[in-house]
Amino acid sequence: MDTSLPTTKTQTVYLRPSALTDAPSHYCPGCTHGVAHRLIAEVLDEMEIREKAIGVAPVGCSVFAYNYFDTDFVEAAHGRAPAMATGIKRLLPDRIVFTYQGDGDLASIGMSEIMHAAGRGENITVIFINNAIYGMTGGQMAPTTLPGQKTTSSPRGRDVEQMGFPIHMAEVLAKMEGAGYVVRRSLHDPKNIRLAKKAIRTAFEAQVRGLGFSMVELLSSCPSNWAMTPADALKWIAEKMVPVYPLEDFKVAPTLAGLKF
Amino acid sequence: MARELLEGNYAMAEAAVRAGVEAYFGYPITPQTEILEWMSQRMPEVGRVFLQAESEVAAINMLYGAACTGARVMSSSSSPGVSLMMEGLSYIAGTELPVVLIDVVRGGPGLGNIAPSQGDYNQIVHGGGHGDYFPIVLAPASVQEAIDLTVLAFDLAEKYRSLAFVMADGSIGQMMEPAELPEMRPVRKERPDWAVTGAIGRERRILSSIYLNVEEEEKTNYRLLQRWYEVEKNEIRYREYYLDDAEFVVIGFGTAGRVALSAVRAARAEGVKVGLLRPITVSPFPAPQLSELARRVQAILVVEMNSGQMLDDVVRIVKGACPVEFYGRMGGVVPFPDEILHEIRRLTGEALSADGDPRQRWMQRFTPGSGR
Repeated sequence: MDTSLPTTKTQTVYLRPSALTDAPSHYCPGCTHGVAHRLIAEVLDEMEIREKAIGVAPVGCSVFAYNYFDTDFVEAAHGRAPAMATGIKRLLPDRIVFTYQGDGDLASIGMSEIMHAAGRGENITVIFINNAIYGMTGGQMAPTTLPGQKTTSSPRGRDVEQMGFPIHMAEVLAKMEGAGYVVRRSLHDPKNIRLAKKAIRTAFEAQVRGLGFSMVELLSSCPSNWAMTPADALKWIAEKMVPVYPLEDFKVAPTLAGLKF
Repeated sequence: MARELLEGNYAMAEAAVRAGVEAYFGYPITPQTEILEWMSQRMPEVGRVFLQAESEVAAINMLYGAACTGARVMSSSSSPGVSLMMEGLSYIAGTELPVVLIDVVRGGPGLGNIAPSQGDYNQIVHGGGHGDYFPIVLAPASVQEAIDLTVLAFDLAEKYRSLAFVMADGSIGQMMEPAELPEMRPVRKERPDWAVTGAIGRERRILSSIYLNVEEEEKTNYRLLQRWYEVEKNEIRYREYYLDDAEFVVIGFGTAGRVALSAVRAARAEGVKVGLLRPITVSPFPAPQLSELARRVQAILVVEMNSGQMLDDVVRIVKGACPVEFYGRMGGVVPFPDEILHEIRRLTGEALSADGDPRQRWMQRFTPGSGR
């Protein structure tokens, strides 16, 4: 009887991008932060800019984003990442500076800093995670919370008469003359994840080309605070969030239009 | 360099340029806007970074980012603007970054006014931001000192990876007097080994003020405290006038100290053995010097342009070794030398007690708004 093992051939089909560290994730199961992190890391690898990249982490669930990227990183005060990124970029204009911010950070407490960074045409890249809720503090209403959406601080649902309307950051920032690239994408299925990666690549390409402020808003899931399974949370993005936050190119500098990756 | 007639604000700005400041971020606020204006012209001229921020909040956070790159950086503001910067200052202290901030103090609280004041003493010296940190605070009493202390602030900030304030007041910022600017220093090219510059051919670096692990935060607090004691040991600076044979001592910093010097000279002319201790570093405070004086003089008069914020520190240091009296003007009022001379005469002519509250005694004999 032949007892030898069958000959096997291994083939690498999937690798951790070199711009990601091997730190275990602290994010909740089903959260799309991990997907967003990976897409950024893949883009840094593909563009061979990992060593030149300097990230600015926000306050919120992604406060520890710097644990996962094998790049230089700083940790900003809540909402102030665009100002901090401005300081870095002005001193080191040949480095690739990006912020990673959630909706509370960017659209609430940091509204002034993001608006003026865009207005100045600050040559930085912003990855904006919109999951319509405050994650780290346990599920309070965000500026991007949908009308009627229940949160721990809008327990009867967001009443727009009392609590106002969702803020559409990509649309608002695209109006700025200083913005070179502003789009919204979603992370709810593989097709949209591929489109999100292309957008992130284009945003970093915009910075490399000195085209001014670039931002990719990413619709993201928060199963823990939405009180949903991960699968239901992804479905909720497609069914509830996308109609409110359309996945569009709001501003694309002409020289970026023809780029193919 | 020759002596020139210079306005304090321009002089501090140009001194920073010559000290090799690589970036300035600021926001207009009276009475220090000339610093911002000077920088807007000079910094691009010498190929360095100037940016007018959308707010003091943004300015201090731009400074925070810029300081992370290991560059020599600064901002300037005045009291209400500095209040807005407190968040960022706490983060900068927590991240152990060298940053220089000039505060040209004005009358307060609130919007207050734009007149010279020392009402920011507590906010600056005792830390208006959250958490345990200890800033270096330099208090100039002339345009020349404003120049010299601006240059020194950068060196101290970098030596101790610390916040260093130049706490001037509206009169130092706005007045003109002859002063000498330093030679232009070359901009420092090397970067410290903690600077975030992109991980090119090296391990990545992270700069942050977050220590979720409480033991690590406690160790950080302890390290900052240890470093502060180094600062206290090495960096106390003060000027003393007529103290050798003094029986009475006036203590005041900045403009209040300068006005007090005129009063001390007038009292000396009357034969009163009075001297002046003028702290230049109000933080670290010249506590050993004051303590020694308190043991050998008959009384101490504290003079400030606030309601006695430094007074509390003086009382704490003197520990009842001699009577302490207080004279203050507030809300943007600068005292005349005659007012202080009158107080010196009181010291020598009245029976004083080391007990009781000097601030309350002053309030009882003081009429707000008087003498104008």
